[in-house]
Amino acid sequence: MVRYFLFLLVLITILVVSIAGLRDYSFLPHKTKRPPIEIFPDMVRQPKVKAQAPSDFYADGRGARSHVDGTVPVGYSAPEASVQASEGVATMGSPYSVVVFSGKQDYADTGKIGTNWGNGLPFTATLATLERGRERYQIQCAVCHGATGAGNGIATKYGLVGVASLHQQRLRDMTDGEIYNTIVNGKNTMLGYGAGIQVPDRWAIVAYIRALQLSQNATINDVPVTERAALTGTNAASGTTAPPKP
Amino acid sequence: MSNFFPKWANWLPLQLLVCGLVIGGPITLGIWYYFTPKYTRVGYQPDQPVPFSHALHVKQLGMDCRYCHSFVEVAGHSNLPATQTCINCHGQGKILPNSPRLAAVRDSWETGQPIPWVQIHRLPDYAYFNHAVHVNRGVSCYSCHGAVNEMSVVYEAESLSMKWCLDCHRAPENFLRPPSEIFNMNWHPASPEAQRELGTKFKEEWKVNPPVSCGGCHH
Repeated sequence: MVRYFLFLLVLITILVVSIAGLRDYSFLPHKTKRPPIEIFPDMVRQPKVKAQAPSDFYADGRGARSHVDGTVPVGYSAPEASVQASEGVATMGSPYSVVVFSGKQDYADTGKIGTNWGNGLPFTATLATLERGRERYQIQCAVCHGATGAGNGIATKYGLVGVASLHQQRLRDMTDGEIYNTIVNGKNTMLGYGAGIQVPDRWAIVAYIRALQLSQNATINDVPVTERAALTGTNAASGTTAPPKP
Repeated sequence: MSNFFPKWANWLPLQLLVCGLVIGGPITLGIWYYFTPKYTRVGYQPDQPVPFSHALHVKQLGMDCRYCHSFVEVAGHSNLPATQTCINCHGQGKILPNSPRLAAVRDSWETGQPIPWVQIHRLPDYAYFNHAVHVNRGVSCYSCHGAVNEMSVVYEAESLSMKWCLDCHRAPENFLRPPSEIFNMNWHPASPEAQRELGTKFKEEWKVNPPVSCGGCHH
């Protein structure tokens, strides 16, 4: 009888392991569409709303609410603070920094002075601004406009047409304020990117676009005398132009 | 009275004990082995309303994580993109405007209702994780989410158990990366020694001092 029992035990163990598999992912991959089992979910799933989560409380089932006109969402800086915050562009990458958006109607937020597009950045551009602009440009813009702004980003290889080159004369002559507005609200087939790019970053991108435009129409005379030898040396060696640097 | 229990009853306690061990042992082992996030959570790969491929968008097209997850550096919650982010490229007259695979995106764009993405990585509600502090202090997306750039369909690659969190909180030098490589899913340290050396340097430079007390994450 004991023998039968042990036999049964071994059989059950093998059965369980063969059905459930081994847990070590790298050894035996098991992917499942079944949601994880939560044995005592009482405190694990609390009746509170988390970010971007559904909620039964509202009729439309969304936990996230659209903000009411004229209000500032929690965690966003108040409208008055936007210009001040813009000056701190260099520190924006640090943790705990607030998300800088605002609905204020001044130049820093709209790109307009009165009813006309303004020119110039609403804060002093530093090398850090351009570095930040390059980073944001490569994240948000380069997908379509290309790393150098030639309008040949990866999306154009997959059928996106009508992407503007940033080096055409029309865009070189465009005011900073209008470029800012294009980033925020889009233009023609380009939709607005304002919801994903914070106010100081938009201006940093404008600054970087200006740097790109300069770089593409630069002559050897724009390079400091001391650097020229290195540049011409590289060109002769690789046969390509040096990547644009702000 | 002396013959009340038969002689074999002398062995009964021992037999009960052995039986208990033989039956209870495998059950305990089974629970120990299987009732852990390592087994219950890792590999969770639900069907999504849109078959969005990270492998295509990140690996093949070279898009940055932050094109869509735009606030991961400044917010505790790493946001899902708005439907408009998809429509930027997949709108009418753009890329694959009529693909049936993008039907849910178009519906969402027309109705204003969110796309019902299925959440994969779910911490317990009593654990508070902040994406911003981690990615701003050298913890890569890769460390917690695995090689998402290789995933056609995203699955949970790590257990996200408390022990797993503490492994890094107790020895962050084994995981910290150069700040420029946080969002680079292809960066890997040359060797474990190189990682520790780099990690130790960053840990000291940035004064990384991850909490290991309860209140660090449960508050």
